[in-house]
Amino acid sequence: MAHGHKSNEKVVFVGDSRVKKAGMFQTPPDYTAFPGKSEAFIPNFLLKEWMVGCVVLVGFLVWVIAEPAPLGYPADPTNASFIPMPDWYFLFLYQFLKYPYVSQDYVLLGTMGIPGIMFGALMLAPFLDTGKERRFYRRPIASSLMLLTLASCVYLTVVSWDHYQHMLAENNTIPEHHERADKAREAIERGEPRPNPLKKAAAIIEADDPAMSIAQAQCIGCHAADFSGAVGPALIGVGNRMTQEEIAAIITNGSENGAMPHFNDKLSAEEIDQLAVWLAKQTQ
Amino acid sequence: MFKNVYNWIDERLDITPLWRDVADHEVPEHVNPAHHFSAFVYCFGGLTFFITVIQILSGMFLTMYYVPDIIHAYASVDFLQHQVAFGQIVRGMHHFGASLVIVMMFLHTLRVFFTGSYKAPREMNWVVGMLIFFIMLGLGFTGYLLPWDNKAYYATKVGVEIAASVPYIGPYIADFLYGGDIVGAQTLTRFFAIHVFFLPGALIAMLAAHFLMIRKQGISGPL
Ligand code: HEC
Ligand code: HEM
Repeated sequence: MAHGHKSNEKVVFVGDSRVKKAGMFQTPPDYTAFPGKSEAFIPNFLLKEWMVGCVVLVGFLVWVIAEPAPLGYPADPTNASFIPMPDWYFLFLYQFLKYPYVSQDYVLLGTMGIPGIMFGALMLAPFLDTGKERRFYRRPIASSLMLLTLASCVYLTVVSWDHYQHMLAENNTIPEHHERADKAREAIERGEPRPNPLKKAAAIIEADDPAMSIAQAQCIGCHAADFSGAVGPALIGVGNRMTQEEIAAIITNGSENGAMPHFNDKLSAEEIDQLAVWLAKQTQ
Repeated sequence: MFKNVYNWIDERLDITPLWRDVADHEVPEHVNPAHHFSAFVYCFGGLTFFITVIQILSGMFLTMYYVPDIIHAYASVDFLQHQVAFGQIVRGMHHFGASLVIVMMFLHTLRVFFTGSYKAPREMNWVVGMLIFFIMLGLGFTGYLLPWDNKAYYATKVGVEIAASVPYIGPYIADFLYGGDIVGAQTLTRFFAIHVFFLPGALIAMLAAHFLMIRKQGISGPL
């Protein structure tokens, strides 16, 4: 072991090199000056820290699993009605910049002046507050400035959030990630696949199939010209839900509730079969 | 077995002083929540670090699927969220972790402030801490754009417009961030690079300085 050098050597080198063997970078600070029982970091304290870490991690995972991360609709630069919203920890600044005297003609004061002074003061706090006293209740100026700043930031954040909720109500909208999540949930409850916002208007598959002209003659009154659904449900994607036999059955006999009429008198069995084969291909 | 491997390496590289430098120290009573429950405020720094590690790890997994271009960014996030096994959890960890790490950092900063721990001789560590603070906000800002949904797009647009309103340097900042005249393809790749390479690199360097100083100076004494 490298520790085995004779202690009477003046300079100790590492191995056979010319690199001087350094002492420890840091002798552990001596905490005997502090009152009470200190504890070794390794392993005693570290083990406890890991236990706390595990509890935190489990709690965090429960939160993450219970609440999926939001995702709205794809960015659309031409969308003029979208209400911009930064993440919550920027709201105080965002709100601050809406007040007169820190916006428009005075925007310099809002973007540079006041935030510059506040963050500058925070950054230089050790050089502004140079007294020896550390207890906050004996540092009334520093502590009250910090409390005041904190209260203002909380206030600005709350006002900004309220304002956002108000704007949403005024425009009669909900945030897009909520809208999308609601739509997805409803679709899944109906047994349809999760709508994919990237496929804008899903198109009918094999639109040149001869069955298409039968369908155009008979079905679009209720299932819409693009088959996206009207009185009757969308036929785009019907192949995900129903087999060819089931489709043939509903065309032949109509639906049980009668909302969908039967076509066994209007179409030949062959035509119905053609329709059913073609509709069964309509998967998404 | 492990001991033999350790000894074999230690004989050659003398690693014992290394880890001792890093980890061999005592935890004084006044910062140990096992002795004084109120000392939990001293845990916020460690918790911030813990969540930072989660951010780095979950972020590394996200980049396995994420594609930083305007056509695929949204689609790749959507795919990750809904199709990839555990993708929702990984993305959730990174999304909510980003908020949690900011909360923890705020609490840690307040602990340091109200215990007066930034005072001499720890001024430099406070300044480094503030730099970390800004890096974290920068990570939050650049990361917000990456999913490329409307919320991301318009928040970034507003943010860069605010930066652009700063006299003299504002237009340069906007140019640097936009990489063009609008939030577009260049903006996304820039934000990706900043979010994934520049800022984490700076963060790790600053954290190293932060921890080195804590180790050198020890934790501040009891009040
Ligand atoms: C009078 C309006 C009307 C016409 C015309 C009509 N349908 Fe329907 N269709 C409906 C309604 C309503 C339903 C839903 C029935 C229910 O509630 O179960 C339906 C259901 C269906 C379904 C089952 C869809 C599902 O997801 O459950 C299929 C398949 C279908 N129609 C095919 C056709 C075809 C093919 C034609 C043309 C030959 C046609 N329909 C013509 C009203 C119509
Ligand atoms: C990623 C962000 C950060 C991490 C991971 C981190 C981590 C830590 C840790 C583990 C400690 C040991 C004591 C404790 O846990 O409370 C500490 C101490 C300290 N931190 Fe941070 N910190 C971060 C950000 C900051 C910020 C934003 C500031 C303030 C501007 C700051 C200022 C300090 C100071 C001055 C100390 C020494 C306190 C003392 O000796 O009592 N840190 N930090």
